[in-house]
Amino acid sequence: MSESEAICCQEPEVDFVVLDRIIHEEFGGRREKMIMMMQTIQRHYRYLPEPALYYLAQVLGVPLTKIYEVATFYASFSLVPKGKHLLHVCTGTACHLRGSGGMVRHVAAKLGIAPGGTTPDMKFTLETVNCLGACAVAPVVVYDDKYYPQANVGKLNEFIEKANAD
Amino acid sequence: MATATSVVPDLAWTKKISSPHELADYRQALLAGMDPDAPCIRVCCGTGCKAVGSLDVLEAMKAAVAAAGVDVKVMPEVKRTGCHGFCSRGPLLTFQPQGLFYQRVTPGDAAEIIQKTAVGGELIPRLLYKPPGAKEPIAKVGDIPFFAKQTKVVLQRVGRIDPFDIRDAIAAGAYEGLAKVLSGMTPQQVIEEIKTSRLRGRGGAGFPTGIKWESCAAQPGRHYVICNGDEGDPGAFMDASVMEGDPHAVLEGMAIAAYAMGSDRGFLYVRLEYPLAVQTLAAAIRQAEDLGLIGRNIMGTDFSFRTSISTGAGAFVCGESSALMSSLEGKVGRPRAKYIRSTEKGFRDSPSNLNNVETYANVPAIILRGGPWYTSYGTERSAGTKVFSLTGNVHNVGLVEVPMGTSLREIVYGIGGGIPNKKELKAVQTGGPSGGCIPIPSKFLDINVGFGKLAEIGSMMGSGGMIVMDENTCMVEVSRYFINFLVEESCGQCTPCREGLTRMKETLTRITVGEGREGDIEMLEEIGTFTNSFSLCGLGTSAANPVLSTIKYFREEYDAHIHDKKCPAGVCKPLFYYEIDPETCTGCGLCRKRCPAAAVEGEKKKPHTIHQELCIKCMECYRSCKFDSIRIK
Ligand SMILES: Cc1cc2nc3c(=O)[nH]c(=O)nc-3n(C[C@H](O)[C@H](O)[C@H](O)COP(=O)(O)O)c2cc1C
Ligand code: FES
Repeated sequence: MSESEAICCQEPEVDFVVLDRIIHEEFGGRREKMIMMMQTIQRHYRYLPEPALYYLAQVLGVPLTKIYEVATFYASFSLVPKGKHLLHVCTGTACHLRGSGGMVRHVAAKLGIAPGGTTPDMKFTLETVNCLGACAVAPVVVYDDKYYPQANVGKLNEFIEKANAD
Repeated sequence: MATATSVVPDLAWTKKISSPHELADYRQALLAGMDPDAPCIRVCCGTGCKAVGSLDVLEAMKAAVAAAGVDVKVMPEVKRTGCHGFCSRGPLLTFQPQGLFYQRVTPGDAAEIIQKTAVGGELIPRLLYKPPGAKEPIAKVGDIPFFAKQTKVVLQRVGRIDPFDIRDAIAAGAYEGLAKVLSGMTPQQVIEEIKTSRLRGRGGAGFPTGIKWESCAAQPGRHYVICNGDEGDPGAFMDASVMEGDPHAVLEGMAIAAYAMGSDRGFLYVRLEYPLAVQTLAAAIRQAEDLGLIGRNIMGTDFSFRTSISTGAGAFVCGESSALMSSLEGKVGRPRAKYIRSTEKGFRDSPSNLNNVETYANVPAIILRGGPWYTSYGTERSAGTKVFSLTGNVHNVGLVEVPMGTSLREIVYGIGGGIPNKKELKAVQTGGPSGGCIPIPSKFLDINVGFGKLAEIGSMMGSGGMIVMDENTCMVEVSRYFINFLVEESCGQCTPCREGLTRMKETLTRITVGEGREGDIEMLEEIGTFTNSFSLCGLGTSAANPVLSTIKYFREEYDAHIHDKKCPAGVCKPLFYYEIDPETCTGCGLCRKRCPAAAVEGEKKKPHTIHQELCIKCMECYRSCKFDSIRIK
């Protein structure tokens, strides 16, 4: 389940005031809340920047390897930046039976990226997710945080065209 | 993901409830202020309906009410609620007091609904539900078979109350069970009541809840009460609907459990993919704390219980009890061997009780109405009701609560309305990714769904996912799908699971692309049996079920893939192609329009053809054809 990408080499700016607020104010600086802290950091930066993880390790007194372990164990974490537009295709059972596998393959082939990957121009990221709890309207995709029920290949082509036109 | 417009009502005007009796007084006061016959329109805002735009409908309805400018007294209140259950017909509206039911409502319908139905008392036929094959639509909720055939215990308030308003929940009876416990039951009496009810865990294994509580209570030290809202089964949403629609039932059940085990601290572990559930639970905790129903000195007694929410981070294995507790501690979720029970040494190495969302949601009703009442539902070995999420190739997709022991036939045909598009029912898959496929048509259609019966035929209850599969489902591909899911979700620490699953995946993938070999089936059986026997945790010990059950019941389909290099169901791409039957093709051009690869060619009103080298086999043409002219070859 882990993502095998290496930690990104470009160092982005991280705002330590933001990190302090997340670590101390929101979660009381508690080691047990590390996963939630990482989620909040990821929501802020849309991925986990390396300097932020160094800082987290230092503040919590946790070896960086432990943080790397958590970041690669859980599927929702990403160590590389995400594209401007995010497409989640549900590959849960209900959606799979209604053809979501074909949609993933279609987008992957069209953009030349694997699920989890981002196009080189950083416009588009393709992700899969296991069930969004909207199985009744399968297959479901989420594009830039909006749910699209009963999606099909044509709909996905529209997203790609729009993203490219940006 | 999209967030709900959550306006949490201000409860500051109410003081804390200072005794269990005062809850009853408060409820009476709430009920006195509510007219049961007052018009009210409930708009379903569960995840399924939200995905098809119910929030827009909610806003449009509110605006339409405001714009209608009729006397406020007769104007219906427009309420947001959790999931009504009938997800495939969303967005849904119900009207009180008449009990009318409108489905597939759009924001554009709002003004008409207010003018015609709310003011004029007239029905709008196009918004009524018409069962498949029926001539006349049905106007009332109570007359629709999908609802009429259900028995609601866990879901009694889901879809009726506004999950963001605790007053609604209290008026409907929330926290009465807790009040009963706190007005004189001893912890031992609570445990006895749960034991009498024969409630079994709804999270998968079906462990007797009363016994679990008893053994946890007997341990020394600080106790923790944990709720498993991880719902990892992809294609199931029972727990989501309970958390989203009636979060107080879960909190109340946890508080009662905490009282029984002498615990003062609880945790709710909720899947990251359920943002709405996190919102409803957080609002519910805050409001219950404000009223003194959760927190310090609950209802003025010595009992204190605080609880908070932790979210998962996208790992199926974290639904397993020891992995979940490790994840709660901020670590990776790797299960540990079962010789140390969590009830002895769990979260923070302390005695911890973990139950599923639905298990807790059953508790208040059992306390209130008694264990014997609960056993009046269900069977000897499986008491009570169970919520299933009915999905796949069935007319009525949604949430279904029935007494344990209800037949598959009743669920799939009676409530589910049968299979759409005149297809044949082929199998029902239960138990999530490590469950099994039950072949149908066969005598199995009449089996009574319960823990024991499903295990007997090689599947399992699991948490209640029920996926209906029609003739266009390839069982080899289904089994590859589940094994692939489990390969990705296996934590990788034990060899049988890690290697066994990987080898099975390789073999199944080969078979589905037409490279199956003689002996593959036997090898799958051998690896599968080994994986199921020697893995460390529940993920591995049930991982081969999808393979073993499909081989057992659908062996001929494996044979067709391996020997004839054919996929009879038309799913495995290299093993079939589509062809248009020139005899029945009317040349309507629908498939040509739908084809995203421009592979269909033909003149209007003349039989069309498919260019095989362009066809991506996406199934669009097959699905869209109204004349059944596209054939799988
Ligand atoms: C791999 C795996 C995944 C599981 N996922 C869940 C889950 O998502 N939700 C759940 O309630 N139980 C899940 N369980 C079952 C739990 O381990 C545990 O038995 C259950 O939460 C106990 O609650 P109950 O007694 O109320 O059923 C899972 C078990 C395994 C082995
Ligand atoms: S399987 Fe896709 S939403 Fe549930």
